[in-house]
Amino acid sequence: MTATAPAPAPAPSPDTKTDERLLKASPLKKLMGRPELGSVVGAVAVFVFFSIAADSFLQTNSLATVLYAASTLGIMAVPVALLMIGGEFDLSAGVMVTTSALISSMFSYQMTANVWVGVLVSLVATLGVGVFNGVMLTRTDPPSFIITLGTFLMLTGMNLGFTKLISGTVSTKSISDMEGFASAKDVFASTITIGGVDFKITILWWLGLIAVATWILLRTRVGNWIFAVGGGEDAARAVGVPVAATKIGLYMGVAFGAWISGQHLLFSYDVVQSGEGVGNELIYIIAAVIGGCLITGGYGSAVGAAVGALIFGMVSKGIVFAEWNPDWFKFFLGVMLLLATLLNHWVRKRAEATK
Amino acid sequence: MGAVLVAVLGVSLAGCSSTGGKRAEDARKAATAQGKAAVNTPNWTFGMVTHSGDGDTFWDIVQEGAEQAARKDNIKFLYSHNAEAQQQAQLVDSYIDKKVDGIIVSLAKPAAMKGALARAKKAGIPVITVNSGSAESKAFGALTHIGQDETIAGEAVGDELNKRGKKKALCILHEQGNVGHEQRCEGAKKTFDGKMQNLYVTGTNMPDVQSSIEARLQSDKSIDSVVTLGAPFADTAVKAADSAGSKAEVDTFDLNEKVAAGLKDGTLGFAVDQQPYLQGYEAVDLLWLYKYNDDVLGGGKPVLTGPQIITKDQAAKLEEYAKRGTR
Repeated sequence: MTATAPAPAPAPSPDTKTDERLLKASPLKKLMGRPELGSVVGAVAVFVFFSIAADSFLQTNSLATVLYAASTLGIMAVPVALLMIGGEFDLSAGVMVTTSALISSMFSYQMTANVWVGVLVSLVATLGVGVFNGVMLTRTDPPSFIITLGTFLMLTGMNLGFTKLISGTVSTKSISDMEGFASAKDVFASTITIGGVDFKITILWWLGLIAVATWILLRTRVGNWIFAVGGGEDAARAVGVPVAATKIGLYMGVAFGAWISGQHLLFSYDVVQSGEGVGNELIYIIAAVIGGCLITGGYGSAVGAAVGALIFGMVSKGIVFAEWNPDWFKFFLGVMLLLATLLNHWVRKRAEATK
Repeated sequence: MGAVLVAVLGVSLAGCSSTGGKRAEDARKAATAQGKAAVNTPNWTFGMVTHSGDGDTFWDIVQEGAEQAARKDNIKFLYSHNAEAQQQAQLVDSYIDKKVDGIIVSLAKPAAMKGALARAKKAGIPVITVNSGSAESKAFGALTHIGQDETIAGEAVGDELNKRGKKKALCILHEQGNVGHEQRCEGAKKTFDGKMQNLYVTGTNMPDVQSSIEARLQSDKSIDSVVTLGAPFADTAVKAADSAGSKAEVDTFDLNEKVAAGLKDGTLGFAVDQQPYLQGYEAVDLLWLYKYNDDVLGGGKPVLTGPQIITKDQAAKLEEYAKRGTR
């Protein structure tokens, strides 16, 4: 630390009383600058469209089905969005869900343990996969795209290999008659009936995750770190942000989401198919991007990712309600992805221009 | 100018193919049973949800059968599919929300569909299961199951291989994680007197399928038969055997145009058909019978559409039917 000459006090100029960063922005300007604005506009448009195109879309039962579809995706899209704001990818997120479900099921069955033991072992193991991704990324050179691609392939193989080795078939054995199954089902896969309409508990998990993720991003120091490492890693490191710890934490967040999704799969269906989950990781990324996350990091929001998941749920089920040929689903998805990204880009440019 | 026109016309006429193409297809299409409703029952809506992936030829034939029955029975027929169990269950939920009059569903992943079928029962919608899930169908409250018992089908393959004096066979599984496929190979192992080994390949990637089979046949010259579990893979297995210089006979589950042609010219040994057209057709028709007359077929047992062993003798006729998309 070398002594530096004290900086001369800036002469107060008559026209600027305050620092421009402390200026009060008008509420409208604030709204225009939100990353999720584009996706909210898109969601409203999709909702109105299917309300007109499909007469059964607006029933409460149908909306509960749409919300369920959105929540199963959203539980993963929210932590994936946080990771993308931190400037990284996780291609192993899709199969990690299956891995998590398989570990709970097989551990409980093979050890004849209370199901909750399996659930906790699965939590530790899944978080371990997250730590592995994070440590590999921060300690070695390759980008996260390559590292998690490796993890994705390893998990896919392990899901099949271990299941076949331990259970003798490609799906797990039933654990529904074991102790703790009922209470775990209540937590991860129950149905709440409100006014004669069945809502799945995953919707609550999803809302909870959105709230926690938003609080972390906007109200805590960790949130600032996430934006910082995504915006510019070297600059963040220079000002003392714990880059490695932040990234490992983000990967653990994705693993936590995978654990919730995996337990939901297990306790809804009681038997897990070992080959599932491949390809879903891209859907999580799509939901986050539709929700305004930048693929380069440093920009985005948890609410946006949740809205992206909601759009996805509305389109995938809306096509069925509208009695269209589902062969076209992927096509619509592609169109939506492009439109959403263009809209987000335009909104961001406008917001930056008016600053 | 006129000379140019004549030349263009001449070339386009001379460029016509007198065989195959769209014109031949239209002629074949004309031979399929189209037509109008044969009954005046209400225009009920039936929804079908399968575990098919995108672009699966087998399920095209099932749909063809279902649509034909729907035309005849004055039914509005809806179809959707997803290979992920959770998504498939959500699609069934969507049809329940739509309050359709009947649901047809395949139970490749039975545990995942249990809740959805219970909800259909609660909503008073009759359900018929097709293709896979014969063991669970009744317990889940479905009226009837239409399909083939995969284990029995596998056993039929083992018997046929014995008849042909084969000693060492390879069972090609193109979908890791499909219980029905495992049962087919298990069944074949049970009745086959020789040695049978499983080989897992990535069914969504044909070059990979071919190179995997090729490598296996090159490394073990004593393999004398290859059994594929889906029609599109039979042709690939033949190519693989050719380039590996193997004498192994290729046999397959299911049928399509290429398989029928292969049986006819002897490049394939035999095929085990489960008559997908029948699965779609009967499912719609039996739902109609239930709605119209409270009839239930099968007496609580699955209605089997297979296995039917097809050899060179029946191949010529079936090729014609496979071409128009009904076998």
